[in-house]
Amino acid sequence: MAARATAPARTPVSGALRALTGSVAAKRIAFYLVAGWAAITLNFLLPRLMPGDPASAILLKMTELGPVSPQREAVVHRLFGGANSGPLWDQYVSYLGGLFRGDFGLSIAFYPTPVTDVVISGFWWTVILVGSATVIAFVVGTVLGAIAGWRPGQRFDSIASPLSIFVHSVPYFWIALILAFVFAFQWGWLPLAGGAGRNVEPGFTAAFIGSALEHAVLPAATIVLTSISGWLIHMRNMTASVINEDYVLLARAKGLPNSRVISGYAARNAILPSISGFAVSIGMVVGGSLLTELVFNYPGLGSLLNQAILNLDYPLMQGLFLVISLTVLAINFIADSIYVLLDPRTREVS
Amino acid sequence: MRLPLRLRLPRKIRRPRNRKVAVGLVILVVLVVIAIIGPALVSALLGQTAGRLHAGGPLEPPSGRHWLGTTTAGEDVLAQLVTGTRTSLLVGLTGGAISTTLAVLLGVISGYSTGKAGAALTAFVNVFLVIPGLPLLIIIASYTQGRGGWIMVALIIGLTSWPGGARVKRAQTLSLRNRDFVQAARYAGESRVRIVLLEVAPHLAPLIASTFLFAVVSSIAAEAGLNFIGAGNPNTVSWGTMLFWAQSQGALLSGAWWWFAPPGLCIALIGTAAGLINFGVDELSDPRLRARSPRAHRKAGRATAAIAEAS
Repeated sequence: MAARATAPARTPVSGALRALTGSVAAKRIAFYLVAGWAAITLNFLLPRLMPGDPASAILLKMTELGPVSPQREAVVHRLFGGANSGPLWDQYVSYLGGLFRGDFGLSIAFYPTPVTDVVISGFWWTVILVGSATVIAFVVGTVLGAIAGWRPGQRFDSIASPLSIFVHSVPYFWIALILAFVFAFQWGWLPLAGGAGRNVEPGFTAAFIGSALEHAVLPAATIVLTSISGWLIHMRNMTASVINEDYVLLARAKGLPNSRVISGYAARNAILPSISGFAVSIGMVVGGSLLTELVFNYPGLGSLLNQAILNLDYPLMQGLFLVISLTVLAINFIADSIYVLLDPRTREVS
Repeated sequence: MRLPLRLRLPRKIRRPRNRKVAVGLVILVVLVVIAIIGPALVSALLGQTAGRLHAGGPLEPPSGRHWLGTTTAGEDVLAQLVTGTRTSLLVGLTGGAISTTLAVLLGVISGYSTGKAGAALTAFVNVFLVIPGLPLLIIIASYTQGRGGWIMVALIIGLTSWPGGARVKRAQTLSLRNRDFVQAARYAGESRVRIVLLEVAPHLAPLIASTFLFAVVSSIAAEAGLNFIGAGNPNTVSWGTMLFWAQSQGALLSGAWWWFAPPGLCIALIGTAAGLINFGVDELSDPRLRARSPRAHRKAGRATAAIAEAS
């Protein structure tokens, strides 16, 4: 009796469960959770696999800067291992526990500020700069690529494509050096370094935002200029092969204006690989942006990373790597979700 | 009856028909020649070597004696550039070879094998694909602290830069494994290794070549980025360390464009060469991408006219 009562109740639940686990969204979420775990574990394993003993190097540096309490010593061993820090599994568990509390130890370059505070101080500078520059570059690059691919070999394409190949191979920081040289050093139009004017009080004021925008122009221009070309080449090639498809011919035969044919028929399909290839591209954009910050002494994660490397500040490096890779994972997850919205085929549960 | 086997030798080495491919190849060859004979040539003709300090005054602009000027320590920039070309190309080739090997192995195995092992390998590749490469590279390199010179740098670059190539190889293997000729080999009872090596791999060859080309270029760029942020070995001379010293010695604020412009331009040139070759090869293999140029139309017109005259 009881069994018969539960049996029909279980079916819709398990059906829903199967639909959930079988659905693309659930698979993607599971994948990103695994990827996040991989990044965290990599961060744990790297200092322990490397030759030498980062933990004792850090402790040596810390004792030079001031007295080290036993608790702080324990934190360093938890993050970096070392000679007498117990079995690997116990280290791993306490490492994860520390991460959960947001505890990355103390930075050496900015001793004795906690790594968490240092990373947060640079985080928003980088996210806003790289985020807005990437959105601009993606939109402009994709539109230009669609135009170039619409008529391959015509005047616009024959200029834009070779030029983008060239720009695409230029290192970000080199473009940054050239822009800084021309616009800030030679002509003095824009500030050469920093995130905002030194005598402007940080805050939500017009003066601060204006100064920050002025300082962001050259770094943002660098990122836009270099990353535009990647989107352009991608979109140009996809559009050039999509315009020969029957459905584009049909749209033309219907007598639709060219702009409708491009936006509604050709570009809609041509853009899909650009978005699914976002993962590879965004990794490169973030890497390049970190180096660009360095040229302009922009107060973001890239400059912090440079500080960390020059001061052998392993705690800060570890924290930065974790934050950068988890942020990139989050961006990829958003791009993936957009892809599901754009391509109805991915929504079908097979 | 056996057909006579005749080896047909081309009368002359065929010039690549595509202009983009030709330009790309010329740039590559010139850079390789510079890497091989450049340092010796510069020291013989101009008497300059990369390591010599105070070969001229500090930050001299380009002149007859120092074609590309000097650094703050009075080193000759041209001599550094040609020596750096050698180091950067070596890093690029070594790193590119390691990265391509890993990409082919992981891509083909994860694409060809079904079941749990294949799925696990695919997940492994995909996870590394979304973890940003340059920060990972920088972290690993900074733990080594410049030990091992350029070989270590090339090794780390190779070990971290394979995921993009592996993804492409995996996709191609997936589509190949269900083709008729592969299935036929499978039904004929061929071993897996034999099928992968003799049936699948030859069809991947063009893809592997283009992956290698780009792996070389991106290794060179990665070396430059790595050194620029200070995680490499600043005592080697490469395009990356030149840019590192130029940045840290304030070449920008002294207006010494001759110091930081040439190495970046070289990196851009080699990347452009690879891009042009790839673009051109794509056009050769996929006519849809090819330009419908007015010249081609005219040529076609001439051809029909010639046929009409002949008949």
